[in-house]
Amino acid sequence: MAEKVLMKGNEAIAEAAIRAGCRHYFGYPITPQTEIAAYMAKRMPKIGGTFLQAESEISAINMVYGVAGTGKRVMTSSSSPGISLKQEGISYIAGADLPALIVNVQRGGPGLGGIQPSQSDYFQATKGGGHGDYRLIVLTPASVQEMADLTALAFDLSDKYRMPAMLLADGTMGQMMEPVELPAESGSTVAKPWAVTGTGLARRHNIINSLYLDPEELEKTNYERYERYAFIEEHEARWESYRMDDAEYCIVAFGIAARVAKNAISVLRAQGIKVGLIRPITVWPFPKKAIAEAAEQVSAFLSVELSMGQMIEDVRLAENCRRPVALCRRTGGMIPTPEQIIESVKRLKGGN
Amino acid sequence: MAAVFEKPKSLTDAQLHYCPGCTHGIIHRLVAEAIDTLGIEGKTIGVAPVGCAVLAYNYFACDMVEAAHGRAPAVATGLKRSLPENIIFTYQGDGDLASIGMAETVHAATRGENITVIFVNNAIYGMTGGQMAPTSLPGQITQTSPYGRDVSTAGYPIRVCEMLSTLDGPEFIARVAVNNVKNVRSAKKIIQKAFENQVAGKGFSLVEVVSSCPTNWGMTPDRALQWVEEKMIPYYPLGIYKDRSAAGEGQK
Repeated sequence: MAEKVLMKGNEAIAEAAIRAGCRHYFGYPITPQTEIAAYMAKRMPKIGGTFLQAESEISAINMVYGVAGTGKRVMTSSSSPGISLKQEGISYIAGADLPALIVNVQRGGPGLGGIQPSQSDYFQATKGGGHGDYRLIVLTPASVQEMADLTALAFDLSDKYRMPAMLLADGTMGQMMEPVELPAESGSTVAKPWAVTGTGLARRHNIINSLYLDPEELEKTNYERYERYAFIEEHEARWESYRMDDAEYCIVAFGIAARVAKNAISVLRAQGIKVGLIRPITVWPFPKKAIAEAAEQVSAFLSVELSMGQMIEDVRLAENCRRPVALCRRTGGMIPTPEQIIESVKRLKGGN
Repeated sequence: MAAVFEKPKSLTDAQLHYCPGCTHGIIHRLVAEAIDTLGIEGKTIGVAPVGCAVLAYNYFACDMVEAAHGRAPAVATGLKRSLPENIIFTYQGDGDLASIGMAETVHAATRGENITVIFVNNAIYGMTGGQMAPTSLPGQITQTSPYGRDVSTAGYPIRVCEMLSTLDGPEFIARVAVNNVKNVRSAKKIIQKAFENQVAGKGFSLVEVVSSCPTNWGMTPDRALQWVEEKMIPYYPLGIYKDRSAAGEGQK
């Protein structure tokens, strides 16, 4: 087993990206993810890579689009208000079928919001975000180890399916320090004959583009893209089932909320209340099958979120009206306490 | 028999969609001739804008990328940082470069990105049907300045070359026109220089091409070219605004 090092979540993302073969980073300062840029600024010049502090988030994502068009691994990172600015570019990257990694270390919103942790960009990340019919692969780390592991995975999935991937973290994940075993050196193993690298006078020109003036052609392109998305929904959903074997109640939570939920589950189990957790690791594709299967077993669900309640809609769609789904939430940068979750589960129990 | 005049190899056989009398065709040709002359077609990557030239990716035979509106210099920055040995150019209109993409333009220039920017200034938004551009002249009638551009509410036209030449970053900033044979010949040399600079690793080179839009100006092609001479060029004087490598930097 490789040596573990103590790292901040944001730094783990940066180091894991470099180890995954990413040599191009473009960003713009925003709390609470600035350590990613700082790490890249330090490391990239030493390893022949690019760190560029762009004039705006909009420019940064378009620089990402440029590098992605050449077929190389590339990333940007930001936090909620900055991610809103990147949506135009993310839509173009999706529309041109390019791989890229976008990291969102979420903070409270809307507007300028706050700088404390949040999960209130769930809709934006999982339902599109920018204009048009498209999806992102969205991975939600719940530890510094996963900040590293899911960064590497995000690059692989993004390359494999030719689409942008998002690491949807939050301020606590970004700022916390934990021991982490860094992933091995890797890189893209996917052929990219579509990339613009210069024709070398040896082939017809490649064009990176999302414009289709013929509506039939655009419709066809969107249908083809959604066939790929359907395959991903079938094969790439990831989740952790925690103490679900005998569970009568199921908490659904990701990221920091899932960690708090695990503490609540220990207390509840000690009191004889059989509660388990489904922790989505991908929120698109959402682990629908896991939720649907749990609906056969448990009497109620509890969605625990750092938002006014966004993922709860996906939980309801997945359990398909078979069981009650309650919400335990804090928002604006606040985090639910184990006590709040315990109370919520007990209310579920009372309601049945 | 030796051919004395041919279509540049760097243009495809696609039929151009531009309006009759539009000068985009001339400017495409000049860019393609520069690429041919320097023998760089195989390693050139062009970035097309949003605007009339949006379909330029079908016309240039090199690899092409279609950028979002105004973002071409940022996209070109990504391309160049990824492939420093390749030749990267953007082809942008006035709305794209001087309005929505002004930040991208200024910052690519000040970073001295080693790219070539072809900036087509025809003082109007063409593709959307003739709205006021950042470079529309005072008093110019457009769809969104129906009583003429009123500088008290719509502000003044932006002289991009003059503004960018105040920066330390750019290597070469020049303004040319394509309204007559003499100007086209001069434009050809200067566009080629803007590519040569990149090949030599000298840095950011921008050529503004004062152009015409007969359709949206509501003029015959001939009258539009006269309007370039009489109205546009006096407001946008031709010349080399910055040439860091040449003696007498900043001379017009």
